Amino acid sequence: MNIHEYQGKAMFKRYGVPVLEGVHCTSPDEALAAYDRLGSKVVAVKSQIHAGGRGKGNLYAPETGDLVMEGGVKIAFSREEVGTFASNILGNVLVTIQTGPEGKLVRNLYVESGCAIAHEYYLALLVDREAKSVLIMASTEGGMDIEEVAEATPELIHKIHVDPSVGLLGFQSRDLADALGLSGAGAKAFRRTLASLYTCFVENDCAMVEINPLVRTEDEGIVALDAKVSFDENASFRHAASWEDLRDLSEEEETEIRAAEAGLSYVKLDGNIGCLVNGAGLAMATMDVIKLKGGEPANFLDVGGGANEEQVSTAFSIILEDPNVKGILVNIFGGIMRCDIIARGVIAAVENLGLEVPLVVRLAGTNVDEGKAILSASTLNIHPADDLAEGAERIVALIGGGDA
Amino acid sequence: MAIWIPEDAKVIVQGITGRQGRFHADKMVEYGTSIVGGCTPGKGGQTVELQGRDFPVWNSVRDAIEASDADATVIYVPPPFAGEAIMEAAEAFDALKGEGVIVCITEGIPILDMVRAAAYVEQRPGVRLIGPNCPGIITPGEQGGAKIGIMPGHIHAKGRIGIVSKSGTLTYEAVAQTMSIGEGQSTCVGIGGDPVNGTGFIDCLAAFEADPQTEAIVMIGEIGGNAEQEAAAFAAEHISKPIVGFVAGSTAPPGKRMGHAGAIISGGKGTAEEKFAAFRAAGIACANDPSEIGQVLLKALQNAGLRD
Repeated sequence: MNIHEYQGKAMFKRYGVPVLEGVHCTSPDEALAAYDRLGSKVVAVKSQIHAGGRGKGNLYAPETGDLVMEGGVKIAFSREEVGTFASNILGNVLVTIQTGPEGKLVRNLYVESGCAIAHEYYLALLVDREAKSVLIMASTEGGMDIEEVAEATPELIHKIHVDPSVGLLGFQSRDLADALGLSGAGAKAFRRTLASLYTCFVENDCAMVEINPLVRTEDEGIVALDAKVSFDENASFRHAASWEDLRDLSEEEETEIRAAEAGLSYVKLDGNIGCLVNGAGLAMATMDVIKLKGGEPANFLDVGGGANEEQVSTAFSIILEDPNVKGILVNIFGGIMRCDIIARGVIAAVENLGLEVPLVVRLAGTNVDEGKAILSASTLNIHPADDLAEGAERIVALIGGGDA
Repeated sequence: MAIWIPEDAKVIVQGITGRQGRFHADKMVEYGTSIVGGCTPGKGGQTVELQGRDFPVWNSVRDAIEASDADATVIYVPPPFAGEAIMEAAEAFDALKGEGVIVCITEGIPILDMVRAAAYVEQRPGVRLIGPNCPGIITPGEQGGAKIGIMPGHIHAKGRIGIVSKSGTLTYEAVAQTMSIGEGQSTCVGIGGDPVNGTGFIDCLAAFEADPQTEAIVMIGEIGGNAEQEAAAFAAEHISKPIVGFVAGSTAPPGKRMGHAGAIISGGKGTAEEKFAAFRAAGIACANDPSEIGQVLLKALQNAGLRD
């Protein structure tokens, strides 16, 4: 789960990670009031969306698609500029390297004071899956695309792993400050910031915290100028109330949210063959095989290990909401889930929804013979398949090849 | 021989009084697994009926191991408590026996809980963790065998193919593929789809290499991380037995989590293409489609002189 920069900074502030004064706004008037309140000559006017690359992105009018402004993060030197930037940003669509060409509608804005920057650094905390520990990454090359830095000059990225049984140790943060060439008050401020950030990361069950740039100011202070924060959704039971407040549902795919509420895992794709599968690995493999046979999958959908008739029905209705879907492939390897239950669920869903597109069902595993018997006894137009390859071939043929 | 879990391994069930725990404990007893009982804090002294027989419930893993001399435990505890359940088992096996296998089925454990639990287990070298978020491990026997997890037992048969996979149903698919060419399995290990887990591909490959019963290996990966690439590099150096590989997620879009917490292409890394390439470079015979695993395995066995 991702949160906005202004929310991340509010969290940083609570943990003593230094941030500049700023105000969250949802209208140009609020932006002007924020400018008056901050009393800073120079302010940053920043689009708030759940995607990176905002500074280099462009804003477009949602109806006409006309370019409104270049850059989703602007530095304003006057009250008038704040007003102009705010109205150019709010209500328009920001397209960045991470949003895809459709971009994201900007509903939130952050107006933040300025500061005198001496140097920009990069700092990130994340879980390193191979090392099975929290990894802290820092670089002197702040403000740049860190993946490019890692590619071109890997020696400029410094890493430390935190042993979970003892936490972040003093010598580790000293080493990191040294590696960044910090000394004196700047080094001290960095170490304090890092310790606070690590506590913040662990206590809030973060999946990732990225600050690009983290800056050293001319008076040797350290300030987080950005805050990209995501939480580990598996830990939501520990943070239910606070995450509920932070969640911006308008930033998420509506169908994916509904699927998750029904206990299904769904990701929409661009193709025209809907899939309904049990198990994440098999669901991915089903998409792969559809592609291999010349089709294009319309979605990833895992109904999980113990789905019931109702979930199967919900899964069908979610797949059919996508107007691109021209056919459906159901692929179930029954383990805990019995094929006869799936077969009944499929029939109930087809009858209730009045399915009009071709449907291929491949069943294997527990109670497969009962499942197949149920399907073949029905008068509905359901095409059986014995294995995944055959199922994929049939559905591709039934929709008349792979062209959308 | 098989790996880690002999056919007659004695197994306890953590969370045996819960709905999931009891359901799967019953299925394991039905398959022939030597379940010796289970534990749930505060419910020690009770019994649980599985397949018409009563099984004891203890308060702690320590009590359970002391009373039953169990070799392995399987965890069906809900996510908020599963990290601690792993550590409790690791402590008990280490202190009482110096060894033991922990199989954690639970899906949805917070990643920082797993970071702590994995470190705790690694400090106890005799203890092995399989999972979490996995179907478990099964060593099929002539009759029955040791099924520790949630896989459908009846699709398996004793044989010489070792299977290791990140995915549950895709493992079943691989099992069915080996059966389609008349081959059974030595041991099938589901290592799970979480980003931080216990036993990895390399541990399994090394164990299969050392196991005389295993003559060929099927390895199934998926997008995310670089465990497959590391396993391929390891296989090129250390594995003499034929390996067949498949990677799920060639069509997965970048930056999207595909069901499993660990199945995500981030920063352009961890793609299926990358992993297939690593497999091929290591001489692993790849199936483009899970329905081809049987035929690719048959050819690999023939090339190795293990089949006519």
